[in-house]
Amino acid sequence: MEKKAEQKVLTDVVIRFCGDSGDGMQLTGTLFSNLSAILGNEIATFPDYPAEIRAPQGTIGGVSGFQVHVGTSIYTPGDEADVLVAMNPAALKVNAHVLKPLGVLIFDADSFDAKGLEKAGFVTDNPFAELNLSESIQLVPVPLSELTHASLKDSDMDNKSILRCKNMFALGLICWLFNRPLEQAVHFLGNKFGKKPDLLQANVKVVTDGFNYGHNLHLSVSTFTVGKSENLSKGTYTIISGNKATAWGLIAASQKSGRNLFLGSYPITPATDILHELAARKDMGVKAIQAEDEIAGICMALGASFAGDLAATSTSGPGISLKSEAIGLAVMAELPLVVIDVMRGGPSTGLPTKTEQTDLLQALYGRNGESPLVVMAASSPDDCFHYAFMAAKIALENMTPVILLTDAFIGNGSSLWKLPKLADLPEIHPHIAPESLKGQFRASTRDEKTKVRYWAFPGMEGFMHRNGGLEKDYVKAGISTDGANHALMIATRAEKIAQIANALPAMEVEGDESADVLVVGWGSTHGHLLNAVNTLNAEGKKMALLHFNYICPLPKNAHSLLRNYKKVVVCELNSGQFVTFLRSELPDVPFLQFNKMEGQPFKVSEIVEFLETL
Amino acid sequence: MFTAKDYKSDQYVRWCPGCGDHAVISTLQKAMAEIGIPPHQIAVISGIGCSSRIPYYLSPYGFHTIHGRGAAVATGVKVAHPELCVWQATGDGDCLAIGGNHFIHSVRRNVDLNVLLFNNQIYGLTKGQYSPTSAKGFVTKSSPFGTVERPFVPAELVFGAGGTFFARALDVDLETSKKIMIEAVKHKGTSILEFLVNCVIFNNGVHGWIASKEDRADRLIVLEDGKPMIFGKERNKGLVLDGWNLKVVTIGENGVREEDILIHDAKTVDYTLHQKLATMQGPDMPIAMGVIRAVPCESYDEAVQNQMEEVQSKSKIKSFDDLLNSLEHIEI
Repeated sequence: MEKKAEQKVLTDVVIRFCGDSGDGMQLTGTLFSNLSAILGNEIATFPDYPAEIRAPQGTIGGVSGFQVHVGTSIYTPGDEADVLVAMNPAALKVNAHVLKPLGVLIFDADSFDAKGLEKAGFVTDNPFAELNLSESIQLVPVPLSELTHASLKDSDMDNKSILRCKNMFALGLICWLFNRPLEQAVHFLGNKFGKKPDLLQANVKVVTDGFNYGHNLHLSVSTFTVGKSENLSKGTYTIISGNKATAWGLIAASQKSGRNLFLGSYPITPATDILHELAARKDMGVKAIQAEDEIAGICMALGASFAGDLAATSTSGPGISLKSEAIGLAVMAELPLVVIDVMRGGPSTGLPTKTEQTDLLQALYGRNGESPLVVMAASSPDDCFHYAFMAAKIALENMTPVILLTDAFIGNGSSLWKLPKLADLPEIHPHIAPESLKGQFRASTRDEKTKVRYWAFPGMEGFMHRNGGLEKDYVKAGISTDGANHALMIATRAEKIAQIANALPAMEVEGDESADVLVVGWGSTHGHLLNAVNTLNAEGKKMALLHFNYICPLPKNAHSLLRNYKKVVVCELNSGQFVTFLRSELPDVPFLQFNKMEGQPFKVSEIVEFLETL
Repeated sequence: MFTAKDYKSDQYVRWCPGCGDHAVISTLQKAMAEIGIPPHQIAVISGIGCSSRIPYYLSPYGFHTIHGRGAAVATGVKVAHPELCVWQATGDGDCLAIGGNHFIHSVRRNVDLNVLLFNNQIYGLTKGQYSPTSAKGFVTKSSPFGTVERPFVPAELVFGAGGTFFARALDVDLETSKKIMIEAVKHKGTSILEFLVNCVIFNNGVHGWIASKEDRADRLIVLEDGKPMIFGKERNKGLVLDGWNLKVVTIGENGVREEDILIHDAKTVDYTLHQKLATMQGPDMPIAMGVIRAVPCESYDEAVQNQMEEVQSKSKIKSFDDLLNSLEHIEI
């Protein structure tokens, strides 16, 4: 420990915490993110965790990771880590590839014993050589287990409980490394463990000892200071995950529209947090029901919609498959409904905890019959709030189901969110039947211009009607099997959806508008694509970016913008679903495509590398 | 004051002539008038099948949904708006085959629904296949050599799922039908009303043993809470316990007196005797009709509402702005 410590000032830094799924890596990462945000850093986080709750300790299958990117101009959780904290050999084995050549590896030396190495499947006693780690990586062995024991030797805690605090020792160390004052960490721990004073005291003791350990030993690594971001406008922020932001967007829409919020849902990874968030909001009058299955979840929501509520259901891929028939009923009955699909790797059970953009075609077309509806996507954890709000607004104002696509990456990831004011959010005007229709209302009564059906629900006197999944007569609303009427109804339902484009905001090109190459993306890849485009523009290679949040219908100027460029390349985390849709909309445009299907988000570097070949 | 006509829609009723459903809907309209809830405060939800067409023929708000899911949709309506009176119409296939899961869970939760379960032991709308209540050995187009399946007894599912209300009536027994409909609306919780209906096309005479009024007197017993279990043309037959089982006795024979006859207690939580009654079969035993079980219990929709009010009375969060203020704030 002779090397003299140097202070590095960086614009941004990526840290990845990894360990057993029981090691508390998600908590450690979250606390560090909060500390960074308090100091004025932008942040983006990415939890990467296994499907198994507790795989055998110390094995590859049980490794859980949490990556956080802090600094200025942060659009993604980062491709590679500057600092990797590995709690055991298995965690190192799974995550070594993300470490930069000049990065820092901090590891629990106590767990890198013969037994630990064997459990992780190493065959020699030198895991670093086995992993071909670059020699330029700085290795920082810290006997975390032993030091945590020493820190808590005077406590009454048993051995197992003591070891569970070693994540806090690592956090203390990282706080020292990045000049994070401990007071704030203690404050956050107080929020977390406030009801368990013994546990709080132990965690505070260990995090403090970890910090002091780094300070006293001046660990032979450079310490980092990350500059405060100047991109952030003044205001009050919080850190929010995409799933929480989605839930809160629905609550805000309920307040704005004056309709009670009802969620029918069934637990499914990675969407369950939306159910958790809304179940906790009885204070806001939210009724969130955990149904007996996915189908019941959406059917209960549809019942609530029939009865006049803002209704939603939340799920992931397999659940969307199960809900297809009921979504079709919502199309046919022309009832407002928000369907949230937090996409994960598929098909079938697939990769439950990993991210993928593979439900797009199912969202667009995955129902029997001609069944048009609105499909939209959020692009970052914080904008899940905005798009959930807009999904509800569009559903209530246009009497249609809306599928909102998010994914494991932004659903579980978090970012800074500037707190909105309810008064500043757009107004929502549910399409409720006016009093003038009393006594003559039918299930097919609609605004003849927009084709939007009017909403009347039980309790309203003089508006009784019968709705359902059978085709109905355009005028009288009774059951009809007449061919010409069926054709008219199909056209009417399609026209209603198409007209929603009139109210969508015009799209804007990011990057260099004058470029020859237009990069196209949708949903959660926005940060990575923008980063790649900015990087290339900075290098003098002109690139433009057109990113979609509204997919069906497309915003009105989308077609002309897409026809404006010599080369258009559609980048997405599937084998080409959006590009397939775009080809059907613009058969004259020779779209190029760039795809990834590894259950992981893009890396900026791989997009840059691909775009450079164009 | 309402009349049955106030609950009729302008739609032409399209069931086959002679179908048992005609009797049930006409009784339902009379019962609704007698109960007196205005049509606009009633929602009738159904799944798919012949009987699930009911909403179209009634004047209240109606929703004809998808196969098997009526219970879930009805649950959503009732939980969202407990002030509404919610009926669910379903058949033996819709309710007990494709919708079996939603059925047992709505019963388990005790959502305040009035469920009309039309049991004709056949799939009618798809033109004659066996259903989960068809007798073993029943020959249909999908069981040309007879089914090898054992049937469900709906009452047993209700009791097994913790059900609080079960009643039964024959389609043509208008008096009992109306009575159990009225009782169902009074009951807070899931009220299962099993109607034994005839399918004149595909399963004619399925309830033939009790079809004629003459036969019914001796072959049915209409149970009433707090009343002795007496039946028969002469009103001289009754039920007593013989060991663990029920037995038919004749009052005045072998020293049996009227006070020896069991008194029906629909309110008892223990369903042992309710199950014995609900599973009685001819020719030795009469088939039990009327309200077999009606146990007072908090309904799910009430419980949801009560919990919400309790949380709201204690919570400091009264508005969306309060909610935002409850978050960890970071000033930049």
